[in-house]
Amino acid sequence: MSEQQYEKYYVPASSPWPIVGAVALFFMAVGAGNWVVEIKNGSDGFGLHTLAFGALILTVMLVGWFKDQIHESMTGMHGDQLGRSYRQGMAWFIFSEVMFFCAFFGALFYARVFSVPWLAGASNNAETFNVLWPTFEAMWPLTTTPGGTTTEAMGWMGLPLYNTIILLISSFTCHFAHVALEKGDRAKLKAWLGFTIVLGLIFLFLQVEEYIHAYQEMGLRLDSGIYGNTFFMLTGFHGFHVTLGTFMLIVMFFRVLKGHFSHDNQFAFQATSWYWHFVDVVWVCLFFVVYVF
Amino acid sequence: MTTATDELHHDDHHHDHKPSGIMRWLLTTNHKDISSLYLWFAFIMFLVGGAMAMVIRAELFQPGLQIVEPDFFNQMTTVHGLIMVFGAVMPAFTGLANWMVPLMIGAPDMALPRMNNWSFWILPFAFAILLSSLFMEGGGPNFGWTFYAPLSTTYSNDSTALFVFSVHIMGASSIMGAINVIVTILNMRAPGMTLMKMPLFVWTWLITAFLLIAVMPVLAGAVTMVLTDKYFGTSFFDAAGGGDPVMFQHIFWFFGHPEVYIMILPAFGIISQIVPTFSRKKLFGYASMVYATASIALLSFVVWAHHMFTTGMPLFGELFFMIATMLISVPTGVKVFNWVATMWRGAISFEMPMMFSLAFIVLFTIGGLSGLMLAITPVDFQYHDTYFVVAHFHYVLVTGAVFSIMAAAYYWLPKWTGKMYDTTLAQWHFWCSLISVNLLFFPMHFVGLAGMPRRIPDYALQFADFNKWISIGGFAFGLSQLIFLALLIKACRKQGEPVSDQVWEGAEGLEWEVPSPAPYHTFETPPVVK
Repeated sequence: MSEQQYEKYYVPASSPWPIVGAVALFFMAVGAGNWVVEIKNGSDGFGLHTLAFGALILTVMLVGWFKDQIHESMTGMHGDQLGRSYRQGMAWFIFSEVMFFCAFFGALFYARVFSVPWLAGASNNAETFNVLWPTFEAMWPLTTTPGGTTTEAMGWMGLPLYNTIILLISSFTCHFAHVALEKGDRAKLKAWLGFTIVLGLIFLFLQVEEYIHAYQEMGLRLDSGIYGNTFFMLTGFHGFHVTLGTFMLIVMFFRVLKGHFSHDNQFAFQATSWYWHFVDVVWVCLFFVVYVF
Repeated sequence: MTTATDELHHDDHHHDHKPSGIMRWLLTTNHKDISSLYLWFAFIMFLVGGAMAMVIRAELFQPGLQIVEPDFFNQMTTVHGLIMVFGAVMPAFTGLANWMVPLMIGAPDMALPRMNNWSFWILPFAFAILLSSLFMEGGGPNFGWTFYAPLSTTYSNDSTALFVFSVHIMGASSIMGAINVIVTILNMRAPGMTLMKMPLFVWTWLITAFLLIAVMPVLAGAVTMVLTDKYFGTSFFDAAGGGDPVMFQHIFWFFGHPEVYIMILPAFGIISQIVPTFSRKKLFGYASMVYATASIALLSFVVWAHHMFTTGMPLFGELFFMIATMLISVPTGVKVFNWVATMWRGAISFEMPMMFSLAFIVLFTIGGLSGLMLAITPVDFQYHDTYFVVAHFHYVLVTGAVFSIMAAAYYWLPKWTGKMYDTTLAQWHFWCSLISVNLLFFPMHFVGLAGMPRRIPDYALQFADFNKWISIGGFAFGLSQLIFLALLIKACRKQGEPVSDQVWEGAEGLEWEVPSPAPYHTFETPPVVK
């Protein structure tokens, strides 16, 4: 074979972290599986402890695994091809996250377009209506369920609108940070990245405020029928993803302070930035279908 | 094509040093090691899930209740289904992808080797959780592998939470495995290995991986909603809160239908590798095979409600899903005709991989045609939830997916071990399996058409004779797999005649150019594909 230019693909010899991660997930699944039963039955048990133990192992694993990764990356063991693998992997991971949200957006769509009108007799369901809940009125938001649970609907003015603006701006500041990184302007990079983190934290704070308001003053709860279900599951999983994204941004901030990342070596930064744009896009969809319409 | 597997000299890393004993398997990042783990895990799960099927068939040997309680019977049908789908067929295909995809595209390993290890090692833990829930007070999951609400929400026992979280982590494993395969195929191909030169097994896995990434998260969403409905007072699947139990079926089958193609597309790939080898001809209609696979995958997203014809959907829905489903038979037919055309006037020889492939083509087609019958809405009202459905999906999954995995094992085993397997045992395994599997599943068509419902531990007296024979077929099929176990143990102990690098006379492709057995590291210098 003719001697040609090729770059050796980095395949680590072995790594303890995956098996540690598998053990962590085992304890988390067992713990969570017992804990929810204990909550429901009001019984004592080790569910929460087991879950926390698993989460602790997972944290150790994440720190260790990323430490190895960063070390390899900073000592130049990662080539261009591996960089492409990481980027493609991240892109597909975000696609899988999109599909996870699709399940809940789908549930919201189905409830609004089918199940709620059908319970009021639409399409071929006149008998369903007559037999089950003959006084039920279809509406959205569903503030009175067929079973009789009542709640208030969350408007889009005020907090939700501010949060939309905050998250949209943060997407821009995140992009400006990336531009500054590309130009090698470290001062601006730190400033824009720091600003993005602050916006993320404000978003989360306001989201918590909104939840407190919903629970204490509006009677809008996770168990307030399909409106409350979809509201809290969508905004809740989104909030969880924003938390994760903010955490990633904070890690990136400290790595920037240590002088990491350059034009040629910035996968982690790029992935975090993609992830941040993804949570932003999810929020915009959510703002319109959960709050506005 | 040229390879450079013998040019490993400038590999001065600590590469070939691998931990010995158990640590080798726990810490490995090597695609061949991880793949062997996947394959053994899948086979063990196949035997465990098979043992549960034996319990089911023992109970159904005679009418009346004699061996197990109805609730335990339900747990057996549920866990049998879950184990065979998520524990046996899917990990077996992932294992085959792990072994063969890097070899077939000339890559040094999978694209993300450490994540590969994580994907595998989650599985034993996930199934340990699922299986241990059978021993809980109140028993394990008993709502069928499809866990329809309200069976899984209002009426289920407390093992449901463990079921949900074990599905969550096995889903995470599948998604990571799929990301790994897709990135490997898109980013790790040797120079010259263009997309339309890829072996069909690689193509079908590329498309399967896409399906997995698209629908496993939807399954995660479905189990999450079951969890919150059961434990946190939500009413996604409860009409009293404005939800709908039928919504569960929509979300589940939006995952579930692509899932059945996840379990058959790699099988199509395997058969498309084996048939040309033993016909000593190029695959007929390579491009049409690729397009057919892609069409099946795309159509699989718009046919899910054919599982739900009897739920009272609007007429438009029934018609749409009937027609969309019947469309799938077009690309599937393309594939069957292409395999037959490949064999046409070929110099066919009948080694064991080819025998299983021929059995696959005939028997899978039977399963496909009964699927076409089920797709017709008005007649599905009669077939729904009967043994006809059980016959249909066991023909596509056992004589389809499982037979293809066995064909693949026989095809590539000599490459993995460097030795020819015991051909006498293989003959026994094939003929015992072939006869017993048809005795097992074919009469199910008849009892199903006559109205015997599925998932019931007892049945009307007129089904007694057929069920006796079905059970005998079941026990025989189960025992036949022990022959396979013996063969595999012999093969792994490296007994048998040494084989050449090419192994099979008509075999073509990069995987046949590396030595047999394939060395621990292959293609560290990429081959050039002309």
